[in-house]
Amino acid sequence: MRGPAGTPAARRTRRRLAADAGLLLAAAAFALPLLWVVLSAVDPDAGLRVRVPDALTLDHFDAILTPEITFTPLLNSLVLCGGATALTVACAALAAYPLSRFRSRLNRPFLLTVLFATSLPITAIMVPVYALYVRVGLIDTVHGTVFFFAASQLPFAIWLMKNFMDGVPKELEEAAWADGASALQSLLRIVLPLMGPGVAVVTVFSFVMMWGNFFVPFMLLLTPDRMPASVSVNEFFGNRGMVAYGQLAAFSVVYSTPVVLLYVLISRRLGGGFALGGAVKG
Amino acid sequence: MRRTRRALLRAVPVAPAVVLLLLFLAGPIAYCVVLAFTDLQLTGQAEESFVGFDNFRRALGDDAFLNAVWLTLVFTVVSSLLGQNTLGLALAALLRRASKPVRTLTGAVVITAWVLPEVVAGFLLYAFFRREGTLNAVLDWLRLPSQNWLFTLPILAVSFANVWRGTAFSMLVYSAALDEIPREVTEAAEVDGAGGLRRLWHVTLPMIRRAVGTNLMLNTLQTLSVFGLIWVMTRGGPSGRSQTLPLYMYEQAFQNSMIGYGTAVALLLLLIGSLFSVLYLRLLRTEA
Repeated sequence: MRGPAGTPAARRTRRRLAADAGLLLAAAAFALPLLWVVLSAVDPDAGLRVRVPDALTLDHFDAILTPEITFTPLLNSLVLCGGATALTVACAALAAYPLSRFRSRLNRPFLLTVLFATSLPITAIMVPVYALYVRVGLIDTVHGTVFFFAASQLPFAIWLMKNFMDGVPKELEEAAWADGASALQSLLRIVLPLMGPGVAVVTVFSFVMMWGNFFVPFMLLLTPDRMPASVSVNEFFGNRGMVAYGQLAAFSVVYSTPVVLLYVLISRRLGGGFALGGAVKG
Repeated sequence: MRRTRRALLRAVPVAPAVVLLLLFLAGPIAYCVVLAFTDLQLTGQAEESFVGFDNFRRALGDDAFLNAVWLTLVFTVVSSLLGQNTLGLALAALLRRASKPVRTLTGAVVITAWVLPEVVAGFLLYAFFRREGTLNAVLDWLRLPSQNWLFTLPILAVSFANVWRGTAFSMLVYSAALDEIPREVTEAAEVDGAGGLRRLWHVTLPMIRRAVGTNLMLNTLQTLSVFGLIWVMTRGGPSGRSQTLPLYMYEQAFQNSMIGYGTAVALLLLLIGSLFSVLYLRLLRTEA
């Protein structure tokens, strides 16, 4: 027989407290490196440890907010990732439409190939891509890098987009078809607006993945002026003997903020950010 | 006739995606297969020649290659199988029981680590594991011995870095999977007096086995292609002690100028990846 502490309500409370304690410990461990970057960015004597600054300063931000260190690389990142994301989302939306709407014997093999390609290690093909790009003259070009970025993100974008599109009932379009609308018109005017959150997820996810990607531009671009932030920061800070940790932290904050904000934006719209986990699960 | 034409017309929107995928994904993969059997070098060579399996023979005889294979295995098992997967499941399970503020806070912190750009994550964990970094500060405070982690145990340091960065994905996948278990099932097990671990093993895990399989595959594939994180933290060093296959491949192709040999290593990596990818597809199909 259970003692008084074993009543279901008391047990639930105890379990909740235990879960809270465990999670807070995990959260603290995960937060330490994050705290370092935030605190060091405003600490005049920033070092490698997490510590509460004696004074606050914006000098580090002042020092890095120059065209050479911050603005040009961020603009390069924006052009590369923005261009590639636009291409990815457009191609994925077009490709997902027939896959979601029409029956065909080719759908299944095509989707299986796409799913297979989503999980290929892109890192592994960067050496041959480099050799190929040298041969066809695409090396060190922005458009060449955009094309490769788009192609590498496309399988996952098609897969996600098709799943979201399946959620839009077909009946809504049938009326438009009866009125003589073409497939393209019904895609643009009916389906895509109805799956706005889905399109937002695909867009943001592709953009975030590319914004943070280091290896692709590291391999395919050579001219320092064309480098996105992911590569330039490594060159700039890594190649100097003395690393200015405060500036490094300040740059990391500036470079990371856009993607963190974008993620918060879509996870709010999707109710908690757990939707992507569900979508990936297949 | 008309049916074929209609089918063709309907397939037109797929064309841009197919062209892009063929030119920039299938093309390089095919080129990878060809190049792996040549002796192409980075500079000063008019024509590369076909060398058969020389590159692969050379790899098997190279201690640095075998070292990289071993380290890749350690990195994958520690960071993906043991780390991200187990920690992700534990966090997902705890999140369901925790109070709302704690849930929101933990979710936000873990997901932020995941969303951060790879290079930034590398810098943060470099600072964390350095001799004068935060980890040693915490160890000092706990009166535990501190050391220069990036020198003594570089492969463990980068593995933990990958756990820090990748656990959110497993947590999200498992949270979604646990949400699908009907409440009656867990309650029935509780009433029957099954303890926490037995409930996990006999009730929860069998019900989410599809998510477990998916998560393991995707984690492993992601872990196999980690480059930037290790590059920023250790560059594969000191003296190759955190050099996983992608870093070995890069070093051979560019620092030693042997593109052909580097591509052969890439092909092996691609084959391992494809194997996992096929397993993943089979898993989705049999369980669906």
